[in-house]
Amino acid sequence: MTTEQVVPIGCADDIVIAREAGRDLAGRLGFSLTDVTMIATAISEVARNMTSYAGKGELRLYVDSRNRRSVLVVEAVDQGPGIEQIERALEDGYSTSGGLGLGLPGARRLMDEFEIRSNGHGTTVVMRKWAPRGV
Amino acid sequence: MPIPILKQGSFLIATIQSAMSDNDAQRLQDELMQQVGRVRATGIIVDVTALNVMDSFAGRTLRTIAHMTRLRGADTVIVGIQPEVAFAMVQLGLTFEDIHTALDLEEGLAHLTGRPVSGGSADDH
Repeated sequence: MTTEQVVPIGCADDIVIAREAGRDLAGRLGFSLTDVTMIATAISEVARNMTSYAGKGELRLYVDSRNRRSVLVVEAVDQGPGIEQIERALEDGYSTSGGLGLGLPGARRLMDEFEIRSNGHGTTVVMRKWAPRGV
Repeated sequence: MPIPILKQGSFLIATIQSAMSDNDAQRLQDELMQQVGRVRATGIIVDVTALNVMDSFAGRTLRTIAHMTRLRGADTVIVGIQPEVAFAMVQLGLTFEDIHTALDLEEGLAHLTGRPVSGGSADDH
């Protein structure tokens, strides 16, 4: 399974499409319902960040393999204005949009790995969750 | 997809579907605020049994609904949060500390009416 799924994110309904796509892929990889739900929730948060701050972006879903174990990878890429204070954006309760400020720090807790890169030309978030063994 | 709101006595019952978008959540908030006044509701139940993801936006909207309707004299109970959704909510940092929750519709109605769910006497109403 190396096919990449790309979900364009431009409006609120796309967030639902993105998390449903994540649910499907995670389910096929044998993740437990709890893991599937955590993945879908994390996708929802990074997708909303794109509609809130960048206006639009792209969510890519694919399966990677490391040490013969599958990893579900979620990549959220946008060409928005970028995040000025990444460290602060990863703190609970910090928001510049009137939100709860749980999005990025929450997504980081929901996934196994979380990376973020941002500059004046956009933001990329890469999140991974290891699939259960033997799949 | 608009969220159906049912009136039962002086209560409003909103049943959320699985794929609730931000717009649906926003519309539910507006709808409930209007209906509380129109039907003079004293209690609201938001049933999220079918909801498979509760993200920060949905959580914030439900909290806003609970707080706003309380100011209008109605008590809101969120019922039916699924176990895996509850788990993800805690990881996310969404705790609903300041709003009422109940296991299911039955428990939610019991909370609003002040009646025990089963057994015991229900003579206080």
